Amino acid sequence: MQLIPCPWCGPREEVEFHYGGQAHVAYPAAPADLSDREWAEYVFFRDNPKGLFAERWVHSTGCRRWFNAIRDTGTHDFRAVYRPNEPKPVIS
Amino acid sequence: MTNSFRTSTGGRVNRELPLSFQFDGTPYSGYAGDTLASALLANGKHDIASSIKFGRPRGVFAAGPEDPSGVIQIEEPFPEPMLMASTVELYDGLVASGLPGQGWLADRPDPARYDAVHHHCDLLVVGAGPAGLSAALTGARAGARVVLVDSLSEAGGSLLGSTEVIDGRPALEWVESVTAELDEHPDVLHLQRATAFGCYDDGFALALENRTDHLGGAADPDDTRQRVWRIRAQYLVIATGAHERPVVFNDNDRPGIMLAASARTFLHRFGVLAGGRAVLFTTNDSAYAAAFDLSDAGVTIVAVADSRAQVSERLQDGCVRRGIALHTGHVVSGTDGDRRVESVDIAALTGDNEVGQAERVAADLLLVSGGWNPAVHLFSQARGRLRYDDGIGAFVPAEDLEQGRAVGAAAGHFGLADALRDGASAAAAALGPTATAAVTEHQVDDLVEAPSAVLWSVPGSGETGMAFVDLQRDATTQDVLRAVGAGLRSVEHVKRYTTIGTGLDQGKTSGVVTSGIIADALGVGVAELGVTTYRPPYTPVAFAALAGRNRGQLLDPVRLTPTHVWALTRGAEFENVGQWKRAWYFPREGESMDGAVARECRAAREGVAFMDGSTLGKIDVQGPGAGELLDRIYTNMMSTLKVGRARYGVMCGADGMVVDDGTVIRLADEHFLLTTTTGNAASVLETMEEWLQTEWPELRVHLTSVTEHWATFPVVGPKSREVIAALVPDLDVSNDAFGFMTWRDAEIAGVPVRIVRISFSGELAYEVNVSAWHAMAVWRAIAEAGRPHGITPYGTETMHVLRAEKGFPIIGQDTDATMTPQDLGMSWVVSKKKEDFVGKRSFTRLENQREDRKQLVGLLPQDPSVLLPEGGQVIETADLPEAPVRMLGHVTSSYHSATSGCTFALAVVRGGRDRLGETLYVPMNGTPVPVTVSDTVLYDKEGARRDG
Ligand SMILES: [Zn+2]
Repeated sequence: MQLIPCPWCGPREEVEFHYGGQAHVAYPAAPADLSDREWAEYVFFRDNPKGLFAERWVHSTGCRRWFNAIRDTGTHDFRAVYRPNEPKPVIS
Repeated sequence: MTNSFRTSTGGRVNRELPLSFQFDGTPYSGYAGDTLASALLANGKHDIASSIKFGRPRGVFAAGPEDPSGVIQIEEPFPEPMLMASTVELYDGLVASGLPGQGWLADRPDPARYDAVHHHCDLLVVGAGPAGLSAALTGARAGARVVLVDSLSEAGGSLLGSTEVIDGRPALEWVESVTAELDEHPDVLHLQRATAFGCYDDGFALALENRTDHLGGAADPDDTRQRVWRIRAQYLVIATGAHERPVVFNDNDRPGIMLAASARTFLHRFGVLAGGRAVLFTTNDSAYAAAFDLSDAGVTIVAVADSRAQVSERLQDGCVRRGIALHTGHVVSGTDGDRRVESVDIAALTGDNEVGQAERVAADLLLVSGGWNPAVHLFSQARGRLRYDDGIGAFVPAEDLEQGRAVGAAAGHFGLADALRDGASAAAAALGPTATAAVTEHQVDDLVEAPSAVLWSVPGSGETGMAFVDLQRDATTQDVLRAVGAGLRSVEHVKRYTTIGTGLDQGKTSGVVTSGIIADALGVGVAELGVTTYRPPYTPVAFAALAGRNRGQLLDPVRLTPTHVWALTRGAEFENVGQWKRAWYFPREGESMDGAVARECRAAREGVAFMDGSTLGKIDVQGPGAGELLDRIYTNMMSTLKVGRARYGVMCGADGMVVDDGTVIRLADEHFLLTTTTGNAASVLETMEEWLQTEWPELRVHLTSVTEHWATFPVVGPKSREVIAALVPDLDVSNDAFGFMTWRDAEIAGVPVRIVRISFSGELAYEVNVSAWHAMAVWRAIAEAGRPHGITPYGTETMHVLRAEKGFPIIGQDTDATMTPQDLGMSWVVSKKKEDFVGKRSFTRLENQREDRKQLVGLLPQDPSVLLPEGGQVIETADLPEAPVRMLGHVTSSYHSATSGCTFALAVVRGGRDRLGETLYVPMNGTPVPVTVSDTVLYDKEGARRDG
């Protein structure tokens, strides 16, 4: 069972976490101004890369806080975790 | 015949402690320290099982868990199928039998106790052989938290089955001194009879400890029989040794054919001679030790067939000194015998993949060694890469793990000096300078061995007769060649085609051999072909052990409401709602469920009834941004709610689909309390937190689950006002003073309560909320005050009938994740004023505007006695047409209405609201039943009853 490093609690077992999908998909500033297509892009469409992916996670049975992570979807390695107000780290 | 194959002295068994056991109905005796296999062999019992496909007799092929053929069933004290005789420690009273490839499960619950322990350490060492002990000792001396696990009954590993010398003393003396020193370190956990069976991410490993079986009847029945250790290690040292590899030849499966080092182990560890006249067939130097030691113990070694053209002088001398005929360049080409090997055919290798004329020699034991496979299972599970080593014909670790390393024989370093050095340096690498300083050098007498030959299968094997690759699966060389002939090229495909490696031994002896045979057949290298994936568990683990304490009552937590015991004593039937036990209905003596529900409904509609609704999810929302948060989450406006008032609300996902509903009350300017459906309490809180933390961090709001803190008792019915008035005499309960959707603080039975005028039944109703600690006092007070009015307790079934009669949907029952508030006919709950809220933009999507969306409607069976099945499909025609039938929707709720004297249902139907009055059909047992589409409200359509 993998350890996931919560930015607040430190490394904890993966069963304590829930997955929250792609990170940095901001809620549109004015949804009413969007076309159906643009709105659907926000609601339904997400990237699905093999390799590094910025994702949201929540420490559900721990501190209950959300954070972002850069994870390698090929290896499941968490390459970085950062709080929601922190910029996405640059990882090669 | 008792222990006639036991040496007079020696071995690690306790000859002072004889044990009785039964096998296949025959009584035998053995000693404490025996395995079932060693005890059977000591009694000269070799044919102990039969094979799964061909029913051929099979014996003990190996002394450890790699044994593919000695498969047995324990019958008493408790049935346990499919165990290897070599891994079952003997105990007094054991009753076992050989298996024809399949066992049988107990027909009663296992009375034994199983549990799990979590443990954390700096260094996890798997295997207490020379490499593992050396690693553990180095770690312990450096002050590290060390866990050492080993599957055998005592430490020593391969040293237990050999005559090695360390620092001039017998190796087992060194083992004893190391374990004694480990014992003195408080931070060292040393477990024997504990098999690490799985390695996972980030240094996580599972080990199964057998704690009581070997004690037999002396074991405390309350003690834990097996324990799963869940170990999280900073660094993993894999010192799991190596498995000897067989060579495939004709009739290589007879009882009495055994891996060479296993026979040596039976001799040195158990004082057991595996036969009287033996032949050794080898491709390497290591097996000579078995032949020599057995010879020295009195076994006649008839011949040694070594596939290599030359062997060292030392080995030649050893054979000469013992009078052993050494045939270099020879192989075993076949065997004969009835229930056991009786003769062995020895033939010369004649150049290009052929064997010469065989010479038949009489023997009751055939020792085989085709070299060694490092036990890389755990290393590979931990995602270590393997590489094929041509020299030894085996896969070895190609690298260190990020947090670990394979050492000694597991790394392909077979010498004793290598093992001792490897173990210590792994610990030093993990722990740094203090451990490096603790590394000790040892003097051992390692013989430099000549290179092994790599031989998977004797030429010509299987062309006539059967040559087995996987003894447990009865899979032969011909099966492998057939798979290759069918076009399979990958070892994984061949495995699945032939079932090789899928037995409970998981191919420990057959895996690499299979790769070799495929490679030869395809004319490719073993390196490029690879080997099948190693997956946990390394050895079989019973589900009971994995379940541990999580059985029966402890399988899942049970949540009880404050009135649970009261309802129990009133004879309530309960239903499970998630983890909650909820009172379902309260039957009187001799009353059916339908009768009870009809009576409870009547009380609520005509008099007064009360229930425990405490399972409702409750979330306390506080902070200056509370109103704004609720405005963004709910479809309707919440920030305008006045203190003292309540409002019904619906929440949607961003896709506009309803996810939950409930009521919101405002307790203060910056303080709200909202309810969720019972099943969604956790997910609603998590969703609200998600929006709050990830999208609206500027809102200053705290969310707290208070589901268990508040008990909730709806008091329902036209007489409920009188009951509340009696309970709280100084509260003005008139409709003008205490109107619908308002709340008041009050006191009942000396306990502060909050009373809310909300109704889930359409009747005049008061919801009494009280701290769960004091709930029973208030519940009893309500029962007492209601007694003059015949107050009736009701359960969830009546609650459902009452709400369905009013057309109130249950989110998750009448909806799935495709229903909008508009689909539910609740456009009124969607704010037109708010610029935005979660889901709003989706309502105007083209898809959400379609007129043929499924909408919630009522269905009235035209025969008012027919109860429609929930989940029943709704179709358009009276005759069931040919499939595929066009489905218009399905029934979501269906009940008898005692009040209206008919059955009724809620359903989602395509374009349903345009179909009011139409006749549709619901097939029941293949016959479409006519129903009339109606609006969702069956009872009190004008809503006249809620104010009493
Ligand atoms: Zn956390």
